[in-house]
Amino acid sequence: MDRREFVGKTAAGSALLASGGLALGGCTMNQQKHITILHTNDVHSHIDPFPADHARSANMGGVARRAALVEQIRSENPNTLLLDAGDIFQGTPYFNFYGGELEFRLMSKMGYDVATIGNHDFDNGIDGLLAQMPYADFQLISANYDFKNTVMDGYVKPYTIKTLDGIKVGIFGLGISLRGLVLPELYKETIYLDPVETAQDMSRILREEEGCQLVIALSHLGHEYRNPNIPSDVLLASQTDNIDLIIGGHTHTFLERPIIRPNRRDQNVLINQVGCYGLYLGRLDFYFDSRNQMKSDGVSISV
Amino acid sequence: MNLYTKLFVVFITICLFSSCQERQLKLRSISGERLPIDNSIKAADSLEQFILPYRNRVNQVLDSTLAYAPYPITKSDGKLNTTAGNLMADIVFEQANPIFQKRTGNQIDFVVLNHGGIRSVISPGAVTARTAYEIMPFENQIAVTQLDGQSVRALVRFLIRSGRAHPISGMEILLDADNTLQYVHVQGRPFNENRKYYVATSDYLVKGGDDMGFFKDADTTFLLDYKIRNAMIDYFKKVDTLQPVVDNRFRKVNRWTDVNL
Repeated sequence: MDRREFVGKTAAGSALLASGGLALGGCTMNQQKHITILHTNDVHSHIDPFPADHARSANMGGVARRAALVEQIRSENPNTLLLDAGDIFQGTPYFNFYGGELEFRLMSKMGYDVATIGNHDFDNGIDGLLAQMPYADFQLISANYDFKNTVMDGYVKPYTIKTLDGIKVGIFGLGISLRGLVLPELYKETIYLDPVETAQDMSRILREEEGCQLVIALSHLGHEYRNPNIPSDVLLASQTDNIDLIIGGHTHTFLERPIIRPNRRDQNVLINQVGCYGLYLGRLDFYFDSRNQMKSDGVSISV
Repeated sequence: MNLYTKLFVVFITICLFSSCQERQLKLRSISGERLPIDNSIKAADSLEQFILPYRNRVNQVLDSTLAYAPYPITKSDGKLNTTAGNLMADIVFEQANPIFQKRTGNQIDFVVLNHGGIRSVISPGAVTARTAYEIMPFENQIAVTQLDGQSVRALVRFLIRSGRAHPISGMEILLDADNTLQYVHVQGRPFNENRKYYVATSDYLVKGGDDMGFFKDADTTFLLDYKIRNAMIDYFKKVDTLQPVVDNRFRKVNRWTDVNL
């Protein structure tokens, strides 16, 4: 595989680490921790693999295969999170027939930890989303959709923190502007807040107040637009700090590997997105250790 | 052991201990990759079993062959009009016009849909109700709006500016090489800004979806209570073979080779 190596600063690499980062387990010479982040986006109700005669994606995808792969990775590293960046619904008759019940049940069985909300997750209306919540054992997050005047009030958190092997991982959700994309009668009184401002607040809270060593934006904004002023993952990376990783969706962008962009303090941010329909599973591995630093704060990134 | 040695051991111990106390876990390295989900992975049995009854029910309804596609039909095989777009727009015209005529006594003049609304390709081979679900997963129904000439002009401007192959039927648009409009024909006759037109589209677009703002000035909108997907399924039942082609309905003249006669 054609892999590339980068060394540079990341927000996590140069931040002061809070208590979770102290090597309290006695005087081992070099304590190491390993966190694995797995992710999907825009699965769009694709539960079965594409058939062998499909023009574009023959024999690719399939939830039961994804489940097996996730299980294998979890057995190798139990400190694994499984995330989805939205547009879970809409795209196969499973959604038309069952309204998203099967999608949520299967994600729960696969052990998804967190998901954010895509525009198509409103396709059966906000009531249609609520109707499937009993089947979701994972946490829905969105920091820039305000649901307080809707039936979804109380079901969606702005962010969630997962502690894996003592490492605090903060994850916040971001959704796309719904106007013109989803009919108002479907999203009702969901209020859309500026994603960049929201992200800056969230990442500061997660890093500084909550002491997270890893801050992840789970975004359905879209990877990048021709008009650079439209909020996107690439724009988000450049205009914020404190974010280590942006997991994206919406634009069905097939990145062969995560891309690296400088944030507003010139630290590296990773941005990833794995296309759509469950054809790929994204994987990122974060290695922490307590080795004395010889020269720099550098974090080596190989993608 | 002499005193100096003892002091040295104590000193080293304190140094080691305190350095351990201050040692922090730091992010050292990150690696990233994407893992293909393909048939080299053995599916998890428990999930297969769980999905099975859902799948059986869906397949029972969807998998009888309705028509045949001799070649791939996609929304990316032409610049300003495509096989999939033309098929969709022509189906909406053909299926909706008799219903509209029966209910209102009027004829649909043309059809406009959105390129983004075509959600899949039609692979060569059997065409089923499932095919219609894949291309048109949304529950949108056909809506016919009456637009005045100015709104139709705004609609045409939108199509030109978007540069995308938004599906149309019953209308022909010719641009010259620098995107200037050469002509618009509706049902074979030059566009007349002084008359009103009946435009069939989806209720999603009429309500302002995909930023098609010109529909907000629609005088009257008739909802046919006929889903686009059902129109496709009905059409598939009616024909044997799907043979849409990229044609001249929306095109740009190439300055050097395509003389517009």
